[in-house]
Amino acid sequence: MPTRVLVPSGVLGLGFDRKALARGVAMRPDIICIDGGSTDSGPFSLGAGQSKYSRAATKSEWRILMQARAEAGVPLVIGTAGTCGTDSTVDWMHDITTELAEELGQSVKIARLYSGQPVGRIARALEAGDVTPLTPAPEIRLDDLSNIVALAGAEQIQAALATGADIVIAGRTTDTATIAALPLLHGDAAGGAWHGAKIAECGALCSTNPTSGVIMVDFDTDGFTVEPMAESAACTPHSVSAHMLYENSDPFHLYEPGGYLDVTGARYTALDQRRVRVEGSEWVPGPYTVKLEGARIAGYQTTILAILRNAHYVKNASLWVERLTAYLTGEIESRMGLTQGDYSLEFRLIGVNGALGDLENRSGDPVEIGVLGIITAASQPIAAEIGKLINPFVLHYPLTDSEELPTFAFPYSPATTDRGPLYEFALNHVMRLSDPMEAFRIELSQIGAEVPA
Amino acid sequence: MRLGDLVLKVRSKNAGPFWVTIDIFCDRPEIFGQVRDNLSTRAVAELYQVPEQLLKRFDIEDLRVVKFSIPRPVVQGSAADRDMHGAQYAALLEEYEFD
Repeated sequence: MPTRVLVPSGVLGLGFDRKALARGVAMRPDIICIDGGSTDSGPFSLGAGQSKYSRAATKSEWRILMQARAEAGVPLVIGTAGTCGTDSTVDWMHDITTELAEELGQSVKIARLYSGQPVGRIARALEAGDVTPLTPAPEIRLDDLSNIVALAGAEQIQAALATGADIVIAGRTTDTATIAALPLLHGDAAGGAWHGAKIAECGALCSTNPTSGVIMVDFDTDGFTVEPMAESAACTPHSVSAHMLYENSDPFHLYEPGGYLDVTGARYTALDQRRVRVEGSEWVPGPYTVKLEGARIAGYQTTILAILRNAHYVKNASLWVERLTAYLTGEIESRMGLTQGDYSLEFRLIGVNGALGDLENRSGDPVEIGVLGIITAASQPIAAEIGKLINPFVLHYPLTDSEELPTFAFPYSPATTDRGPLYEFALNHVMRLSDPMEAFRIELSQIGAEVPA
Repeated sequence: MRLGDLVLKVRSKNAGPFWVTIDIFCDRPEIFGQVRDNLSTRAVAELYQVPEQLLKRFDIEDLRVVKFSIPRPVVQGSAADRDMHGAQYAALLEEYEFD
């Protein structure tokens, strides 16, 4: 059965063209799907179990989508709710949804799909040989992970839809799962379902006008057709096929729970000036595995930023930092009793190799250099104490013993900033399941009066 | 000449926390052929200081794109990371002197 999926944008919180959304709703989609997150901003969101986007932006966009859902009379699904898709961010999204339903006077049935993993489950799977590392994978250590999630696929979204929910708030899912779920349920081509989902998961990024957001995908038994909803946007065979490059280490193969997508044989054809037809993508079934993500606290940080503008110091910045570091290492040891294994102190020269570090192969003649000191220690009080200890020297340390004390530019007071915990990604593994729902659970809630189906 | 002056665009981005992927958009077919034939995998591996055998390379004629994926020199967000989104890695290839 043909399936029409409306994708309002690549992620909730980044905005979309409202006219384009209205046009999409008028075309009577079967479902509205949007992604809520990604690992792209780093491990903090997963580690802390917090959304990266503001509640205000999330709520204002979700309000519009909840209104679109009511008008279209079809399910609204969000995947990887709250950036990281932990149980805490699913609940955060559920709170926002409940508030909005009350404000809008909507009666809605909500299904929450939880992807959070208790450590015990992962430990048992590991012991049973059901956890396999991907390349490159950090060594598995489960004792200190703050959050673990498994990436749900189409089956878990289908289970949530089967409850008859108006709104599905899913924890961590693959980028494609929410979009592929209904076409697969309808028996549309599996290769086309996953491929079309991948093309649409970043919204209008597969078109000539990425910021317009809204995309419609029509799935059927032979493939899919993709069309941007903004009048100013067009999909071309190039804009669509080039999207397979984006944030993919392999542009032809995409691994999902239960198999992989192979687009080597895909054919992209322009139907007209703005629609592209895609056929020939293949789905290759395999073992049912779900990818795992986890984060742990790798220390606590305090930073300090000084700016060197004096030409003598700009010219000799690397040497200055070398001398300063050696001096501070001694000071920290003699005053705090900490040796180099207890903390790390790194100075990065912004204007020299701030972005690329050792990979930098160019040098120039900068007007000024930002010296960013990063302290990482076992606790925030220790990191903060080291920050205070080094502060006067970062301000005044001379290049040689025979010169006057310099004074550099601190942009703010206090010069140090406590950054809180530093999280790190701790898993790049897949876990084999005997049943797709084995590692996921669904909770239902009803806001307002129940509407008989 | 610098590779970036020859081609339409060089783009890099994370592909998950453990990989970074770099796309060279060549625009014209003859430029694609030139980059495909003359940009060695070894040179790119050296530029990013990763073992050549870990680097994935795709020469995609239909798109006129040469794509490289490398395990991230440092894992995204780790204490040593300097570029959370991996988007500045492209600069090294953009400025690569290419005959």
